[in-house]
Amino acid sequence: MTTLVIAEHSNLTLRASTLNTIAAALQLGEPVSVLVAGYGADMAAQEASLVVGVHQVLHADAPHYAEQLAEEMAVLIQKLATDFTTLIAPATVFGRNLLPRVAALLDIAPITDILAIESNDTFVRPIYAGNALAKVQTLETKKVLSVRPTSFEATAAQGGNASVVKIEACAAVRLSQFKSRDLASSDRPELAGARVVISGGRGLQSGENFQMLEALADKLGAAIGASRAAVDAGYVPNDYQVGQTGKIVAPELYIAVGISGAVQHLAGMKDSKVIVAINKDPDAPIFQVADYGLVADLFQAIPELTAAL
Amino acid sequence: MKVVVALKRVIDYNVKIRVKTDGTGVETANVKMSMNPFDEIALEEAVRLKEAGIVSEVIAVTLGTQACQDVLRTALAVGADRVVLIETDVELQPLAVATCLKAFVQKEQPRLVLLGKQAIDDDANQTGQMLAALLGWAQATNAFKLEIAGDHATVTREIDGGLETLEASLPVIVTADLRLNTPRYATLPNIMKAKKKTIESLLPADLGVDPSPRLKTLLVSDPPVRKPGIVVNSVTELVEKLRNEARVI
Ligand SMILES: Cc1cc2nc3c(=O)[nH]c(=O)nc-3n(C[C@H](O)[C@H](O)[C@H](O)COP(=O)(O)OP(=O)(O)OC[C@H]3O[C@@H](n4cnc5c(N)ncnc54)[C@H](O)[C@@H]3O)c2cc1C
Ligand SMILES: Nc1ncnc2c1ncn2[C@@H]1O[C@H](COP(=O)(O)O)[C@@H](O)[C@H]1O
Repeated sequence: MTTLVIAEHSNLTLRASTLNTIAAALQLGEPVSVLVAGYGADMAAQEASLVVGVHQVLHADAPHYAEQLAEEMAVLIQKLATDFTTLIAPATVFGRNLLPRVAALLDIAPITDILAIESNDTFVRPIYAGNALAKVQTLETKKVLSVRPTSFEATAAQGGNASVVKIEACAAVRLSQFKSRDLASSDRPELAGARVVISGGRGLQSGENFQMLEALADKLGAAIGASRAAVDAGYVPNDYQVGQTGKIVAPELYIAVGISGAVQHLAGMKDSKVIVAINKDPDAPIFQVADYGLVADLFQAIPELTAAL
Repeated sequence: MKVVVALKRVIDYNVKIRVKTDGTGVETANVKMSMNPFDEIALEEAVRLKEAGIVSEVIAVTLGTQACQDVLRTALAVGADRVVLIETDVELQPLAVATCLKAFVQKEQPRLVLLGKQAIDDDANQTGQMLAALLGWAQATNAFKLEIAGDHATVTREIDGGLETLEASLPVIVTADLRLNTPRYATLPNIMKAKKKTIESLLPADLGVDPSPRLKTLLVSDPPVRKPGIVVNSVTELVEKLRNEARVI
């Protein structure tokens, strides 16, 4: 009975989601191995070996793992699966893309986006944009799982001392080719892991007006997010979107500015510790989840708030 | 070339869902049902490829009960050439759907299958990836842009932190994200015409598939409610509360 965590990494470093996933894996109570499949990923593998609780790191290194394409990774994991009873990945875009492919190769029904582990075979996951919770039991011979990172507190990145075992790569399948990646660079903290998130909605009216939120974010060391309406209107890039189909965040403080609070938006932020809503419409549904609501014109309230900090 | 589009009938995204008091699921009686929003986008993409002369036939398929015929009628009205109901009343889980779709795809031999990235009821985000695995095809999930030229598909995907572009030779599975396109509305004349068209029908058994669920849902419950918050009267009061009460700044 052993668990394999599929690490999300950039070859150089582990992504934060990997630490949350290892934490969830440790809750299952079996020895935890971590797979780092990449290209020139020695640093990431080394980093994984230091994570508290990790028993061993399996490191596969080959050019066709450089971008961690699902087709290549799935074949490798399918092969490794014989030695493990549980396979577990983060429910990030990376894990969502990969894990079901692995599950289908193994003919196993996966359970994705787990919020809580009830027992060895029973898990809680959100359905209907988090408006209901389903407790699901698997009786499959193996468990193939993905976990929502914000629901599991990260295990310590340092203090462990696992062995790193080099494993052989599988032959490349080359079904798809990586062409390019266009990542928004920002000095701000990553949206998914930030302590404070300030999100703007359609009420901001333009991309320029997001600069007001930037000024506030500078003061609070915050990441900036947005509603779908703000993204669709082109105010900010796609990856700012918080919600059912965007990022799931659960910061200490979430400030929603000019956002009405559609269920699809709430799905991405309602587990935040403290929620502040600033909206000029007192009936906006966002106030139903807000700990502190301010009914005000954001064009006055935001500069005033920035000045007060 | 042919394209298959998989459509799921779900509770309309505007409906505020209610969890059944006995914990067995979500109330669906007398609730408005619609095509899954991501599947509308997948269908629109298929119809646009046909209009661009790249695709010759758009086949829409749904798995579910007789009631799912309504989404297939909508698909016809929007531009699907043929529609197929794979009829079953068992609780459908993504692996069963993917297994049925695999057999259907092998029968129809499309070069492209379009699905939604996720169904907004189970929020599973699994079926497309599983179908790709079962067929041994390339997959491009969360598509933001799709281009087909000759035997190749170039797909830009929405990923954490930005966009990524992949290239695959056909056949390929693509799952639609929100910004792939804006779906059209069906016009009244087309809705009328769609009423006269036939809906083909199959059983999972015709495809040699047993769609029984593999996972057991023990309980469906309401999420925990947040404790009610307060309305503050000024920015000054907000700052004071955040500092001294919530202690988050
Ligand atoms: C399948 C599907 C998935 C979706 N996924 C997501 C998702 O992941 N994330 C997401 O956010 N949405 C998602 N949506 C969209 C969602 O349903 C809403 O349409 C969207 O969240 C609305 O964005 P908004 O609140 O910015 O805009 P609106 O609903 O238009 O609200 C704007 C708000 O700004 C306020 N306002 C305007 N001017 C001012 C001012 N001067 N001062 C203060 N307040 C002001 C208004 O009172 C209003 O409440 C999804 C929809 C579908 C169908
Ligand atoms: N019952 C179904 N009938 C047809 N297509 C489906 C069905 N269930 C899921 N799909 C397709 O698979 C996609 C992803 O669904 P899911 O994996 O359940 O989130 C949907 O957007 C549909 O395109």
